[in-house]
Order: sequence, then structure tokens, then C-alpha cells
Amino acid sequence: MALLTQHDDSENHYVMLAKLDNVRNVSNILKAIHFKETATLFASSLGIKVTVEDSKCVQANAFIQEGVFHYFNVKDEQITFKINLTVFLECLTIFGSTSMPGISTSLKMCYAGYGCPLVLVLEEEGVLTDCTIKTLEPDEVLDFNFCSSNVINKVIMKSECLKEAFSELDMTSDVLQILMSPDPPYFRLSTFGNAGSTHSDFPKDSDMIESFTCTQTKTNRYKISLLKPSVKALGLSTRVSIRTDNRGFLSLQYMIKNEDGQVCFVEYYCAPDEDEDDEES
Amino acid sequence: MRFRGKIADIGCIQHFTRIIGTLSKLIKVCVLRITPSNWYFILSEKLVSGGVHIWCELPQGHFFDEYALEGVSEEANEIFLELAPENLTRALKTAQNAKWIKIKLTKKHSPCLTFEVDLPTLSSHSRTVVHDIPVTVIPRRHWEDYEEPEVPQFDVTIAMPQLKILKNVVDKMKNLSNYVILSANQNGEMKLMVETDMVSVSTHFRDLVNPVNKDRVPSSQSSDAPEPDPHQFAEARIDIRKFAQFLTGQQVNPTKVICNIAKKKVVHFFLLHDDVSLQYFMPVVSS
Repeated sequence: MALLTQHDDSENHYVMLAKLDNVRNVSNILKAIHFKETATLFASSLGIKVTVEDSKCVQANAFIQEGVFHYFNVKDEQITFKINLTVFLECLTIFGSTSMPGISTSLKMCYAGYGCPLVLVLEEEGVLTDCTIKTLEPDEVLDFNFCSSNVINKVIMKSECLKEAFSELDMTSDVLQILMSPDPPYFRLSTFGNAGSTHSDFPKDSDMIESFTCTQTKTNRYKISLLKPSVKALGLSTRVSIRTDNRGFLSLQYMIKNEDGQVCFVEYYCAPDEDEDDEES
Repeated sequence: MRFRGKIADIGCIQHFTRIIGTLSKLIKVCVLRITPSNWYFILSEKLVSGGVHIWCELPQGHFFDEYALEGVSEEANEIFLELAPENLTRALKTAQNAKWIKIKLTKKHSPCLTFEVDLPTLSSHSRTVVHDIPVTVIPRRHWEDYEEPEVPQFDVTIAMPQLKILKNVVDKMKNLSNYVILSANQNGEMKLMVETDMVSVSTHFRDLVNPVNKDRVPSSQSSDAPEPDPHQFAEARIDIRKFAQFLTGQQVNPTKVICNIAKKKVVHFFLLHDDVSLQYFMPVVSS
């Protein structure tokens, strides 16, 4: 752990400097949003947010708050850059992705400012790895403008039963239809595939449902191919919050407990499938 | 030309299986050289197909209880056979609790290495499994192609770090680049490095042992040149897939793995386990 206690002068010029004892607390969260090659990284004094987008229709955000790190210092108000997430993850898991009892990999992450590479120093059992990853010009990220005042329906449930429902989804269906309603069947997931339609209902008084706040009956469809990547986050999470707003946008918030018992969040936003709007009009 | 041998100890059978298993992970087809004292498994790839050389030496007395060899002639009391180690592995798979294995050179339509495996039974009847492994006999005029590779003068000799850590690192690096730069010095340090447009990664191992190289000519005697700087790294760029395959294939848990680097020429890995030794020569790829 000598690595983490060093605070020499050479570290002063970094605009971002983060250190932690167990790299898996970062790598696991990032794996949950790894469905595209590149990601945009935002850092502020509160922590790090990593954003991945696909088809301008779905966005995933992973939040790693500063409390997860043992040392976290960001000098600028906000730092933004794009990075190859695949490469970033390979570097973070360079000593292997499976955990071994009693052995953890420490990480030091530094960034010296615009145009500079992201520098990682990993250490496990006295073996040191230096990584220098190029940073790229950040793209504009989508603003889904999803605000809690426009939320119509909201369900918070244990991830366990949603995991089961998602693993059994009929992937021959183009869409996943989500029905949320104050009246029966309350919460229903439907698919329309080659072999027929399926419906999974979750009664609102089920043990698995922790909170049920639905004000209107709303049915929305989402491209199943866009939702599929969120299964990675679902698999790691303990609890999930499912919300839809007045425009039919979907927000999935996953609560993920890391190995040190801290809670991190991964969030997915997804735009509704266009066809649905046509049918309604 | 005759050969017959018998392995009767279960420990020997299992050790033998692990060695053959390691080989079959590394090579599709190799040459088995049978001499009165040793079994050798030899691979000598042409430079165009990778240029890897493997030289594995098994002292027969370590494995065989009975061993009878009659080579091609009296002055050349040896046999050279070409075979697929994978087939040997398959034959040995049935022998994991065998009472004994008899290995014979036979002629059944074509030349074969016949494995006769005697399995334990509850009754008095014996239970035998026979595997015939096709082999090609290599004529004497081609023997010189399979001589022990010449070991060049190495710049650095170092004991490898734990293969498991190394394997994890190399497996990840493999996803980033096709080549890895392996370097080491006489000060117990070893470095693995990959570089691409997007990323450069280097892993440093420290506090390794530099075994004393007996073959090394003391430079003070051979010339007036000063002793080479022990901190000076010798570098070698090698095919990362081959390196990963070499690390993955290990089933013998060698007691010692030595890495020798001859700059710009070859990397030589030397695995030692009891009396069995495996040498792996990987040519350096120029950038």
C-alpha cells in the first residue's frame, strides 16, 4: 500500500488525482455500462461520472462518488474527456478480473489536463503496471431532460425478480412493452415474438416490490435491443427503480453495492419506440 | 526397429499425462525421438510458420519400468517418429487409474504407437483398452532436421515470476496488441510492454532471481570491455498469442522457469520439473 501513501510533488500538476485500494470497486461499475467502445468521462469534486450512449436513444451513466476513493482531488470545476472504454477496462483488470481472497489491486489514476493521456498505476502483490491511455475530444452527450417532477409512474423493486424476468425475455420480439398502472395488472412486461406474446405481471403487494407509486395507466414500448445491455447492470445490482415520465421516457436506476459495502448508482435512460406513438395518434 | 516400454506406477502415469498434455496444448504435430536413455519431443517450425522451437526431454528411467529399444541400426540406436501429441493425450485419458500402460511400436496396416492400458477390475477378469496412434517413421536422412537447437549467447538470464500472474497480464495485453516487448535485466527486474495508438501498458516485476549462467564467458577474461550494466534491460519483441499459449498450456507446475533473452534474436524459456525439462524458443519479431 506504499503506493497510496505517497504524496510527492510530482503529483501536484494533475488536475485529477484519484487513488483507491480495490480497483474492482471501479471496474465492476464500469463493466455494467460497457455496451459501446467509447465513453465520456466527467469528473468533479463530487466524483466521476462515465456516460455511454447508443443510437441517440439510450444512455447509461455510472456514478462513482468520491467516497469510493481513498484520495480524490479534482482541481478544475469539471473535467470532461472521451476515452476508449474497452481499453480502459482491460487496463483496470490487467491483473485478472476474478477476485482472489485477500488480494486486491490498488489503483492510482491521474490526468494532467486537456490533451493529456489518462495515466493509471496499478499494483498487486508488488507487481506494478503503468498504463497511459489516450483521451479524445468529448462529444456532446444527450440530455434526456428527465426530471422527477414529470415522472408519472415509479416502481422500486428488488433486482432479483427482475433479473429472472429479463433473462427469460423473448429476444425474437422487437420491443419490450412496459405497463404501469394504479389498477391491476399494476406492472406488466410484455413481448411480442415469433412464438407468440408473453406477459409477466408483478402484483404491487409482492414482497419484491418495495415502493409502488403509479398515478396513471401508461403503456410504453422500448426497443429490446436497446434495453438488453442494461442486464449487465441489473446483474450486479440489489435494487432497481423503474420510472417513466409524461413523454414515455424510461429511467432505470440500479443500486449497486461494491465489495466494501458502498452504494453506487448506474442509470439507464431510454427513449420510447416511435411506432407506439403512431398507434396512439 | 523395435520399441516396447511399460509404465506401472500411477504417479508416473499421471506425471507423464501432464507433460504430454502440456505439449499437446502447444503443438499439433511433433517428432518423438526415442533413444536408449531419453524420450524427446521436438518441434522445429520453419521461420515462415512462426519459427518456434520446442525441445522436451524425458529421462526414460524416470517413467518406465520396462524399456526395450532396438533402433534402426546398431550404431544409430534411435527411432524418430512423427505424431500428434493430442492423440497421446486421448490415449492417456483412459489411463488415469490404470494398473499399467504398455507402449509398443507396432505395424497395423501402417506404423502405430500402441498404448495398452490395463484398468483395475473388481472381478478376476482383466479390462484392457488399446489405442493405436498412427505415426510416421522419419528416415535417417532427415534426422539432422531435429537436432537440439543451438543455444545462443544470452544477454539476460532471469527466473520468471509466478506464471499465474504473468498469464493474467498477458491475457489482457493480448486484447490490446499482437506483440509484446519482453525485457529484463541482471538486477532481478522484468518488464512486459505493449504499445498501440490508443494505449501503452507496461507491467514491472521486481525482486526476481538471476540464476548464474554457467555458460556465460566472464567478460573480464574474454575482453577488456567493462562488465555489462546490471540495470541495462535486454528487449525482445515477441508474438503475444504464442506467448499466451505457452503460459496457458502449462500443466506441470514447473519448479523453475528460466527466461533467457538474446537481444534481437530469440527468447528462450526453460522449464524444469524434476528431471523433465522443456525448452521453448520464441523468435524475436522485428518491429
